[in-house]
Amino acid sequence: MNPRRKKRLTIVSSILLGLAVVAGLVLYALSQNIDLFYTPKEILQGKEDTELRPVIGQRLRIGGLVVPGSVKRNEDSLKVSFKLADMRMPMVFNEDDPMVTVHYDGILPDLFREGQGIVANGILTSESIIDASEVLAKHDENYMPPELADAMKEGSADKAMHGKSAYNKG
Amino acid sequence: MWKWLHPYANPEKSYHFTGKLLPWFNYLALIFLTVGLTWALLFAPPDYQQGESFRIFYLHVPASILSMGIYLGMAIAALSSLVWQLKLADASAAALAPVGAVFTAIALFTGAAWGKPMWGTWWVWDARITSELILLFLYLGVIALHNAFEDKNLAGKAAGILALVGAINLPIIHYSVEWWNTLHQGATVSKFGKPAMAAEMYWPFLICFFGFSFLVAAIASVRFRTEILARNSVRPWVKALVLAKEDK
Repeated sequence: MNPRRKKRLTIVSSILLGLAVVAGLVLYALSQNIDLFYTPKEILQGKEDTELRPVIGQRLRIGGLVVPGSVKRNEDSLKVSFKLADMRMPMVFNEDDPMVTVHYDGILPDLFREGQGIVANGILTSESIIDASEVLAKHDENYMPPELADAMKEGSADKAMHGKSAYNKG
Repeated sequence: MWKWLHPYANPEKSYHFTGKLLPWFNYLALIFLTVGLTWALLFAPPDYQQGESFRIFYLHVPASILSMGIYLGMAIAALSSLVWQLKLADASAAALAPVGAVFTAIALFTGAAWGKPMWGTWWVWDARITSELILLFLYLGVIALHNAFEDKNLAGKAAGILALVGAINLPIIHYSVEWWNTLHQGATVSKFGKPAMAAEMYWPFLICFFGFSFLVAAIASVRFRTEILARNSVRPWVKALVLAKEDK
């Protein structure tokens, strides 16, 4: 390579490297602010490394799985309340897991169901209660035909039973 | 090592070479897209959760992957144009930018149209969606810079620098769903490892993806050839070409 090209290559790559480092540091510094939502655990126990907890009255988003059996609907209105637990695999819920209750008055998305990932936007009214003004469904990256999903459900039926009993026993 | 590439640094050679490739790209795009989209939209099974709405996947994911792939190609072209001062690399970066911008816009639009029925919202400012929007603005910036200067060399240099700096956004888009909490789900298909979907859904996706890739290749070739002609309009070979066309 002739010296002029070499020089240009060095200049361009060092500028790029410098910018990449800057971008990396900025994103690292902002890392927790870029998160779209708090998890129930973060609301109750604080963020992992800063242990900062949201204050009561703060508007925030929470993301978690709808705890099976926790959905309570009001029969005369659209009011609904449910508990959210941290997303994890496999889906096993224990009663002493950190859970946050969400109250919502409105139409839920089609994908809303027990065990579904949910992101709710609302105000933290007490330590573990959120008054949501918006509830969004979050689905995972796995797609399959209905028959396969049924087959998998049957195949892992005892596993699911086990998970449920673990939840009931607490 | 790169000696075999040297003849293609000649605009005339490149013009005729891409001219020979172009019909292949056209036919392959036509065949793959017809087969892929028919299979994907009519015959692939619906999703167990999302039902038929899932089918927008076959448009959304190829467009998203290509929006980033085209940017990578444009950034590499910009790098070789800045370091080795290859005029053709600059022409190809200029040819790629609007194609990439359109595919980014398609990815954002189909994503919004998919998000409304499934998530319950058209738009949310999460890391994946916001970084993809920034990609669109980067494309628009590159296109604007290419057209902001009378002098094509100067324009290429300015746009090239922006294209290179913007490449930092690519890993951010790709890893956004792993680094941060997002509403957007993780990657279903990746180059390594098994796709997180059933085989009878994955095959039509692959065919659609190749179809859109050939479509990009075809559009980019057409744009590249016009860029070459526009930049070499005073050369004798271009004049000869035009005269030959007029005689016909």
